[in-house]
Amino acid sequence: MSQVLAQIRYTNKAFWRNPASAFFTFLFPLLFLVIFTTLVGNNDVPLGTEVIKSSTYYVFSMAAFGLISACYTNIAIGVVFAREEGVLKRIRGTPMPAGAYLTARVVHAALVGFLLVAITVVFGVIAYHASVPDGAHLGQFILTLLVGAGCFAAIGLAVSGIVPNADAGPPIVNVIIFPLLFLSGVFIAVGNDSPAWVVWVGRIFPVKHLVDAMRDSYLGLPFHWSDLAVLALWAVVGVFIASRTFRWEPSR
Amino acid sequence: MDHVIEITGLRKTYGDLEAVASIDLHVDRGEVFALLGPNGAGKTTATEILEGYRPRTAGEVSVLGHDPSKGERALKQRVGIVLQSTGLDAFLTVRETVDMYGGYYPRSRPTDEVIELVGLREKADERVRKLSGGQQRRLDVAIALAGDPELLFLDEPTTGFDPSARRNAWEMVKNLVSLGKTVWLTTHFMDEAQYLADRVAVIAKGRIVAEGPPDSLAGRDAMRTRIRFRPPSGAPPAPDWGQTPSADGSFSLETDDATRSAHDVTSWALDHGIALDLLEVRQPSLEDVYLQLTGGEEGAE
Repeated sequence: MSQVLAQIRYTNKAFWRNPASAFFTFLFPLLFLVIFTTLVGNNDVPLGTEVIKSSTYYVFSMAAFGLISACYTNIAIGVVFAREEGVLKRIRGTPMPAGAYLTARVVHAALVGFLLVAITVVFGVIAYHASVPDGAHLGQFILTLLVGAGCFAAIGLAVSGIVPNADAGPPIVNVIIFPLLFLSGVFIAVGNDSPAWVVWVGRIFPVKHLVDAMRDSYLGLPFHWSDLAVLALWAVVGVFIASRTFRWEPSR
Repeated sequence: MDHVIEITGLRKTYGDLEAVASIDLHVDRGEVFALLGPNGAGKTTATEILEGYRPRTAGEVSVLGHDPSKGERALKQRVGIVLQSTGLDAFLTVRETVDMYGGYYPRSRPTDEVIELVGLREKADERVRKLSGGQQRRLDVAIALAGDPELLFLDEPTTGFDPSARRNAWEMVKNLVSLGKTVWLTTHFMDEAQYLADRVAVIAKGRIVAEGPPDSLAGRDAMRTRIRFRPPSGAPPAPDWGQTPSADGSFSLETDDATRSAHDVTSWALDHGIALDLLEVRQPSLEDVYLQLTGGEEGAE
């Protein structure tokens, strides 16, 4: 445990000392929030029986996007790079338990994700007067963030195992997530009259469940625990695949 | 005798390829043992089996009394590893990096002491990305020392060093030995093995072809001395001492009695009032022995 904490400290130090990387990690979701709100206009978005402002819509969906970037994308690409550069091999030669090392990476990624969500929400409140969840809804929102972070970090680890080398990292990692982000309504609201296959993609994969759970808790709509159950299930699947595909060294 | 490493009948195959054919070796406590061999001879494979990175196909291996393939923490706590390639966080400082790795071990050595030992004191607060290649390599060694290991693996530690950096690295290894560490070194530099190792083994095509102290490896101490000389043009022919001519006009001869043969050559030159263009008396070097043993070939990696 103390080893995990120490490792998180070092990971965090190194993270903030790479200003370019840290800056763009945080800029990306905010940039998208402004771009989409500007392009779409701050119009009404129908959500079932409710109607909300598109700025509010983009606050929670960009918060979800930020969490996914921080956990899934950063873990997958970060672990591939650490493997290619020999960092993982070096760690494996020390008494540091592999589990503690990877846990530290995941926890740090999740903390970055939570900070991103907080910044996005605060930005939304200041720039667009978006609402903020309170009471039980805030609890649901935080729980969703925790389960979502675990789920996408696990998938990130699983994907890092199937990426053959560092050059292939970013394309593979993005090609997996971006279609899901679009089909799950993160960037453009998915209308009620979407084709059935789009609906099924949303049901099967975890992205839409994360966005829905964040939306429901954020707006104070009825919360569907089944969303969290699907995220938890994907977390288990991710850990299982990662345990099978994880590699300490680059393939030769 | 206290064997820190004990290897019996070690084999490693990758499909049809036999990387390590059959190795029997031992390393004593406090000794610097060097494994020499061309690229692709099985040096790194054998070393990585000892380090616990690769499973073996057959044979027995004991490192500090443990089977390294089990990956036990109890063993990792007593071993320091310097890999061929570095993998460091570019944004941490030298001090932070040593601190971090030291934190993985139960009995770590004081960070400042380790940094001093590898000669990086002036760079202690510099970020890793600002270090030169040689300095990063020294940091590699510092990390391996952070846990105060009994046994140190150095896999080609000075590859890519300039000559003065190599000298410094050698002094550093000598320091480690004075601390009572046991060192397993792989290298393809003969001068490195000559300078550092108490004992060397030469590996070729996965087999140990010779083993012993560098000065007497494969009967090097009993090998004949080679004398080379080149008379100036127009000199009278030299008597026959058994020398063979070369294309550049020089002659070589091998002798068991170097003192007498050198005298023969020089007194002949003096008697005829000749100044030799070239005169060389050479004991067989470790490299000569090595090239003979490995057939002078560099295998494919």
